[in-house]
Amino acid sequence: MNIIKFLDEFTTEKLQAPMSSRREMFGQLGSISKKAAMMAVPFGLATLGSKAHAQEPGDIGAIFNLALTLEYLEAEFYMKALESNVLSGNAKARAIYEQISQHEDAHVAFLKNALGTNAIESPTFDFTVGGNFDPFMTKSSTSVDTAYTQLLILAQAFEDTGVRAYKGQAANLIGQGELLTAALQIHSVEARHASEIRRLRGLEGWITRNVTGIPDLQVDAANEGVALVYEGEQNTNQGGIDVAADIGTGNPFSVDASTQAYDEPMNGKTAGTIAGLFIVN
Amino acid sequence: MRKKKSIEVNTQAVARNRRNFLKVGGLAIAGSGLLLASCNNDDDFTTPMEGLFDLGSGDTGVLNYAYALEQLEAAFYTNVLDGSYWAGANAEEKAVLEDLYNHEVNHREWFKAAINAIVTNPDERLPANLEFDFSGVDFSSRASVLATAQALEDTGVGAYNGAGIYIQTPAYLTLAGKIVSVEARHAAAIRTLINGDSDYKAFAGDDVVDTNGLDLAYSPTEVFDRAGAFIVTPFTYKKPMA
Repeated sequence: MNIIKFLDEFTTEKLQAPMSSRREMFGQLGSISKKAAMMAVPFGLATLGSKAHAQEPGDIGAIFNLALTLEYLEAEFYMKALESNVLSGNAKARAIYEQISQHEDAHVAFLKNALGTNAIESPTFDFTVGGNFDPFMTKSSTSVDTAYTQLLILAQAFEDTGVRAYKGQAANLIGQGELLTAALQIHSVEARHASEIRRLRGLEGWITRNVTGIPDLQVDAANEGVALVYEGEQNTNQGGIDVAADIGTGNPFSVDASTQAYDEPMNGKTAGTIAGLFIVN
Repeated sequence: MRKKKSIEVNTQAVARNRRNFLKVGGLAIAGSGLLLASCNNDDDFTTPMEGLFDLGSGDTGVLNYAYALEQLEAAFYTNVLDGSYWAGANAEEKAVLEDLYNHEVNHREWFKAAINAIVTNPDERLPANLEFDFSGVDFSSRASVLATAQALEDTGVGAYNGAGIYIQTPAYLTLAGKIVSVEARHAAAIRTLINGDSDYKAFAGDDVVDTNGLDLAYSPTEVFDRAGAFIVTPFTYKKPMA
């Protein structure tokens, strides 16, 4: 299945559509692998009668294929970064990228194993966004400093997106036992990565309001993508409680602290749009 | 319905053992069963231990459980900011710890408000004033403060990851997700402060992320093995929490 078409169709609205149309929509993806399906059975439809959280195997397949797409993106990005010469003179950044690369490779393997034959193949990625950037320093005219800056910006955007995308799917995995736990365990690893990359860039490890911490990239599509990564992070309403007003005033409850203290979820469509910026086919 | 076993966080045992155990470097290595005492007589034990607050089960149980941990973290960072290490720390460490204080106090107060709104029976709400004992932490010592911060943040990540399966309401799971990723961001930052140039990979080290690329996920028992040493106010929890 065409990856862009898949991401395009991956909307929360459709996931919540009536069962029959969801079946149709995810028919091409089929059901999740036998192993994952077995893991899901004890907590599946039998124990969860509510339509709101009822899960079809195809739903879980779609959720994990979205995750796999993001992991393919990250894994290839870090691999290419390490293969390039951009980090050769920077022991700290290189070690950080090595550690993250190891985790993203492991996530790809883990998700492919869980999905079995239903795992989608890796799309073809273009990290230059149509030739506008050169994070791996493939052109002689690109300086190490320029490439390094782009490499860190991309990593930050990917990691903060990963955190938000997994968070956005967590509630769709209620009742899935070990699959939910695994998704949460990947989610917090992405958050550790995000914190480290942000700090490597001289930012705080946490997100304040919807501040991107990323300069104007001079390319509209890229700027729009960056804005999407942080759109909604300025939310202070947590479950009906305004944490910047209802529970206290002053610093622990300032808008800055209140938005830092909670990361916001991102829906599948937005995650797909961001990933799509780097997908050729 | 399945009978549940209650476990008491045994603060007496904790008090006896705290000093020895903290001497060797913090919570992370505390896997001692001594910190917990399960009530005897599993067979006919279906009600909470007399006189002790029980965290409860399902969404209420998880909310109370998380509230206890957030109270602990907030109390710890309150002490940090009152201590001499923080007062004299460099700008980066000072700023990070102040942010962590802000976030954890915000989390604590959110849980208080959320539990008041969600849990209809006041008797089932964890009290707001749990007592903690930080006598084993030297708040004038950088090493002691940061090691404890790392242990608490990593434990927090593992606690939320492990408790996700007990949450029944989608919105609460999303809210737990909003908090746990911030705890993970904290853990990474503290680990980087501790390790500096000696280990650039510590932010997500092999001690917390396994070969599948998965982070910590702790059961409540594993969490209280690590955090119980600080908790003075006794309470019980059911195992499993579902």
